[in-house]
Amino acid sequence: MITNKEDLIKIRDAYAGKIAFRQHGTEKVSDGKVEKHVLICGGTGCTSSKSVQIKEKMEALIKEAGIEEKVQVVLTGCFGLCALGPIVIVYPEGTFYSRIELDNVEEIVKEHLVNGNPVKKYLYSETVKGDEILSLNDTAFYKKQKRVALRNCGVIDPHCINEYIGTNGYLALAKVVTEMTPDEVIKEILDSGIRGRGGGGFPTGRKWQFAAAQPKGQKYVVCNGDEGDPGAFMDRSILEGDPHALIEAMAIAGYAIGANEGYVYVRAEYPIAVNRLQNAIDDARKEGLLGKNIFGTDFEFDMQIRLGAGAFVCGEETALLTSIEGNRGEPRPRPPFPAVKGLWGKPTIINNVETYANIPQIILKGAAWFNSMGTEKSKGTKVFALGGKITNTGLVEIPMGTTLREVVEEIGGGIPNGKKFKAAQTGGPSGGCIPASKYDVEIDYDNLIAQGSMMGSGGLIVMDEDTCMVDLAKFFLEFTVDESCGKCAPCRIGTVRLLEILNKITEGNGEMEDLDKLEELANYIKSASLCGLGQTAPNPVLSTLANFRDEYIAHIVDKKCPAGVCKNLFTYKIDLDKCMGCGLCAKQCPADAISRTDYVAEGHKLASMQIDATKCVKCGACLPSCKKFQAIYKG
Amino acid sequence: MENMVNIKINDREYAVPANSTVLEAARYAGVDIPTLCYLKDINEIGACRLCLVEVKGARGLAAACVYPVNEGMEVYTNTPKIRQTRKTNLELVVSAHKKKCLTCIRSTSCELQKLCYEYGVDEDHFQGNNNAYAIDDTTPYIVRDNEKCILCRRCVAACKNMQGIGVIGANDRGFDTHIASAFEKTLDQTSCIGCGQCIVACPVGALYEKDDTAKVLAAIADPTKHVAICAAPSVRATIGECFDYEPGTDVEGKMVAAMKALGFDGVYDMNLTADLTIMEEATEFLERMKEGKNLPLITSCSPGWVKYCEHYFPEFTDNLSSCKSPQQMFGAMYKTYYAQKVGLDPKDIVFVSAIPCTAKKFEVTRDHQNAAGVCDVDVAITTRELARMIKQAGINFRALDDAKFDDPFSIGSGAGAIFGATGGVMEAALRTAAEVIEGKKLEKLEFEDVRGIEGVKKAVYKLGGKEIRVAVASGTANAKRLLNEVKAGTTKVDFIEIMACPGGCVNGGGQPTQPAVVRNNVNLRELRAKVLYTADKNLDVRKSHENSAVKKLYDEFFEKPGSHKAHEILHTSYVKRGLK
Amino acid sequence: MKKKLTTVSFNGTKEQEIALDNVIAEHKDQPGALMAILQKAQGIYGYLPIEVQQHVALAMDIPLSEVYGVASFYSQFILNPKGDYAVSVCLGTACYVKGAGLLMDKLESILGIKNGEITADRKFSLDATRCIGACGLAPVLTVNEEVYGRLTPDMIAGIIAKYKD
Repeated sequence: MITNKEDLIKIRDAYAGKIAFRQHGTEKVSDGKVEKHVLICGGTGCTSSKSVQIKEKMEALIKEAGIEEKVQVVLTGCFGLCALGPIVIVYPEGTFYSRIELDNVEEIVKEHLVNGNPVKKYLYSETVKGDEILSLNDTAFYKKQKRVALRNCGVIDPHCINEYIGTNGYLALAKVVTEMTPDEVIKEILDSGIRGRGGGGFPTGRKWQFAAAQPKGQKYVVCNGDEGDPGAFMDRSILEGDPHALIEAMAIAGYAIGANEGYVYVRAEYPIAVNRLQNAIDDARKEGLLGKNIFGTDFEFDMQIRLGAGAFVCGEETALLTSIEGNRGEPRPRPPFPAVKGLWGKPTIINNVETYANIPQIILKGAAWFNSMGTEKSKGTKVFALGGKITNTGLVEIPMGTTLREVVEEIGGGIPNGKKFKAAQTGGPSGGCIPASKYDVEIDYDNLIAQGSMMGSGGLIVMDEDTCMVDLAKFFLEFTVDESCGKCAPCRIGTVRLLEILNKITEGNGEMEDLDKLEELANYIKSASLCGLGQTAPNPVLSTLANFRDEYIAHIVDKKCPAGVCKNLFTYKIDLDKCMGCGLCAKQCPADAISRTDYVAEGHKLASMQIDATKCVKCGACLPSCKKFQAIYKG
Repeated sequence: MENMVNIKINDREYAVPANSTVLEAARYAGVDIPTLCYLKDINEIGACRLCLVEVKGARGLAAACVYPVNEGMEVYTNTPKIRQTRKTNLELVVSAHKKKCLTCIRSTSCELQKLCYEYGVDEDHFQGNNNAYAIDDTTPYIVRDNEKCILCRRCVAACKNMQGIGVIGANDRGFDTHIASAFEKTLDQTSCIGCGQCIVACPVGALYEKDDTAKVLAAIADPTKHVAICAAPSVRATIGECFDYEPGTDVEGKMVAAMKALGFDGVYDMNLTADLTIMEEATEFLERMKEGKNLPLITSCSPGWVKYCEHYFPEFTDNLSSCKSPQQMFGAMYKTYYAQKVGLDPKDIVFVSAIPCTAKKFEVTRDHQNAAGVCDVDVAITTRELARMIKQAGINFRALDDAKFDDPFSIGSGAGAIFGATGGVMEAALRTAAEVIEGKKLEKLEFEDVRGIEGVKKAVYKLGGKEIRVAVASGTANAKRLLNEVKAGTTKVDFIEIMACPGGCVNGGGQPTQPAVVRNNVNLRELRAKVLYTADKNLDVRKSHENSAVKKLYDEFFEKPGSHKAHEILHTSYVKRGLK
Repeated sequence: MKKKLTTVSFNGTKEQEIALDNVIAEHKDQPGALMAILQKAQGIYGYLPIEVQQHVALAMDIPLSEVYGVASFYSQFILNPKGDYAVSVCLGTACYVKGAGLLMDKLESILGIKNGEITADRKFSLDATRCIGACGLAPVLTVNEEVYGRLTPDMIAGIIAKYKD
């Protein structure tokens, strides 16, 4: 049991060295015995490619080799570079093994852990520069990042409360309850300028202030962990990699607004996150960091997890509350705002996971430290999930104000296959596209909104010239149509009608009036919908219309899909002069649409093949068979 | 003095109560903001988005129905943007609506149709695919056509929030959201009580009574049939609304004249059998009090309540009065006593009731409602159906001269008249029981404690030196509350009146529909009930046992209240249905 | 999406009912527990048939329509169980032109169930899916994770036989 700050500091001091060793690889390990730390990513991505089995095998082999006293193996949270998983990092060197398979483990143990020679062939290629081996922290992917919310992900064992304490964990809570008044806490959060990381970017401190100003009585602190944007998974990573940071932050929020109960609403699709968070809550209770008399004061706070059941709309705060209350996750009108009338009608604050993960740092390092990062109106850092046509897919945390170009070209490693950047989509189905002409936009809340997009929860999908922007808008709209709750008419009916118009256009039946209708309807849905889902659902349509209107026109007037995506608007053709006549393509064709011509190209032995457009179902099955000759093309 | 705040609506200043919504405040300023989903107190969900207004400084548009006013607020209800928003909204709604407006049962009384007209909606502006739904006409009382449903959820609110029943709800999600019972069961497979409150809540033609007028018209056209009709107490208090009279107008004379013009062979007053019911029920009550058995006695004249009891409180079916309802008593009496008297074969009689109620359509199909070997009542038609028949026949209702009910069933007492309001049956019964017990005339006939529109009313009366504890509940949610108290022993009571509809029959599910703007701003229950209490006050005969027609019935046929013959013809039995 | 209702009859055991009652007892006094109870009930039964939802509704004293409203709102709740072997026929364009419809017909006759249904012994369930991206193998079907391609109707019996007992 930890009953006062001194208890906490004792533990911190016992573990701090260990953590520092992993962060820098230079400082001495406090217990002196352990010489190497092997960090294996236990995030969802790496777990699904067997990182847990890798850890078990490694531990067994280490024992066999008799070096278990010298090597500590830790299953951590996500490192961020999910495309390269499973990831294994060895300290003090910081060597970075990527895409490790079970069969590689023996060699790594023998050569690296026993003999001290990193196995180069398994290392991430970017970290091998001739004879020199770079540390993870020296890669372009990590160098430009500033990890605040993700600071412990991939560093500590999320199952070990002491490791968290070793990173100054729970020190902010101790400081708050023993040295600060609730008003001082709120002032610190207000001064930091932090805004909600989950969507709209409302100032967090103001939310807290509203809730604190409500008459004393039952109040609630809620965490929105219903991360639903396709491709965004920063909240999951924090829950998996640093669950105690969330617990600490929610307790701080409880102290600030006068609440003693917290709820974390997590997607049921995140079993690992739920498990680690539950463990962390149990451990925090055991240590007296949740419950009554926290740090020997009168302050009490406890929390529980509620699981979502597959409804994107529950990421909207009022829908989330209705869902916690056990109902259909339908949003409620605001006002009254949750800070006044929230969960079960009581004052409630709702922040998302990433927002909370920043709170303890703000308390410990001060508002001034936090607001020294970022732009004028967007302070601190933001986590983005990079996806789409980009080399380094994964999670990155950057200071607000970093340009899109830096994120894509430097941190993200650029666009693969020499293709050109066309646009980046932020904010998921609620967001919009930033075209190449705005490549140098500094990413913050207001700049993204000015571009007709939004921060959202931080999905960032990169598109190259092969992406059809009409099809992209359709993709996101299909998602919102599926996820609309059906309560209010504009979103329920309007998004379906929008999608029907987009379908008409991509099928080649569009008319120019449809563009006016799209705009009229999109603007209507934005202004009339009940909740944020509907109010932002048309953004993908509006922003692609604004930036890529010519593509819409090409679909409507020329009946062409410039990117060759919309099936009704292109045909597969075979370049007769390139075709070697091997006939492999015909074997792949499910529709018997490919036959041999009697034309033999110059220098070829066999007659070329041709595609009967009336039979072709445009499945694209023939394409891979012609990879070598590139004779099949879309036209 | 209420707290007031100063606000501006369309640039003009008003002081309005601080706890009002923008919608309420605007009405105060003489502006009706259109709504489709809003029903005061039971459906405040801000879902239809039709009431959007501009509030200076607010982020986006505000839903007036739920947006609270505050000091200094500036609201605009009629800007070009607002008008366009409402028009687009309506165009979307009709794009997903089965537009059979020409023949829709709600044509001209449809709230959507009215708004579309007002906003100049192009009904084909948006076109697209819609889900197909089968019409549910499995019950004898309610028809649901989900292809007309606009998902305002007023029916769900009526069923669940107001009546505490909830046999319908929103199923699935997004564009597939639709109102139905669990597991898409048809209504006949559920514990629906047929109260019809969903129908009167519906702004469009997605819910309506099962129309039985064709049966009536066919019978009238058949020369071999003797077709009689009797009118329930509250129909005369409401049918005027279908002919543009203000709510609360008594049109008994015109209604009777219209019925005669329709060609019924006999037009009678159901107030008479209301009195007959009191005679039987008061007797039953005194007997049960004497024996101390099956108490509290609970009234059984509301068939929605009876079905509710059978589904939700089967442990109380023995407490139900065994008396048939006034409707069924009339048919039973007519096909036995009157058929005999005038020499008619009961098989040749078609007995029709005009009632404010959809559950009565179920009641006519119940077992043990066939005193003469044929069903007591052949067809039950609602106030709305009666009005439709009158309109279709080209009868100029407003121009009719008042007419009187036909003898020998033309007399009803004031006690019978007030049956149509909550507390009325109790008051009527008390007037008779009191005089029987005390053996002398009552000085004051009004039992004020059981009057009024509150959900549950309780009172204690001292009759013949004995305390009689009575309770009155209207609306099944209130009935549930009361019965749970009785079950728990926290309320001790001897006699309970329960009506399924809040406010009683005047607010029945078969009554004329009124748009939300009226429902939300006018106390319909009180206005309509006032017709009945005024009639009672103006009548010479105000006690059931003093009704000469009733006395004659007993003298000539039933011998005395509670007689063997009365039991055979005027009483019935119940079943325990349980939850489905 | 509209939820598919089941066609198999309920075969819950006494043990399952006890487990469900325990879950309800554990959560009953907790506010807003309906979702948690349904999640655990689905864990016990594999899906949420009317018998289970009715049981929950009665125990919690709420209308069945409310329970169903919640169950049909969230995509994780299943009203129709999957068989031990979930057979999915791809009805994407490529598979369709290659005769996937005939595969479906054959499966329906061999299994004695229609698309979207499950056999009485709960061994097989049959569904149509959208394109799974294996057009080169068209027509394809999957049994759980296993993919079968370039099929003709006469091959169906052999595939199903592999999974019988």
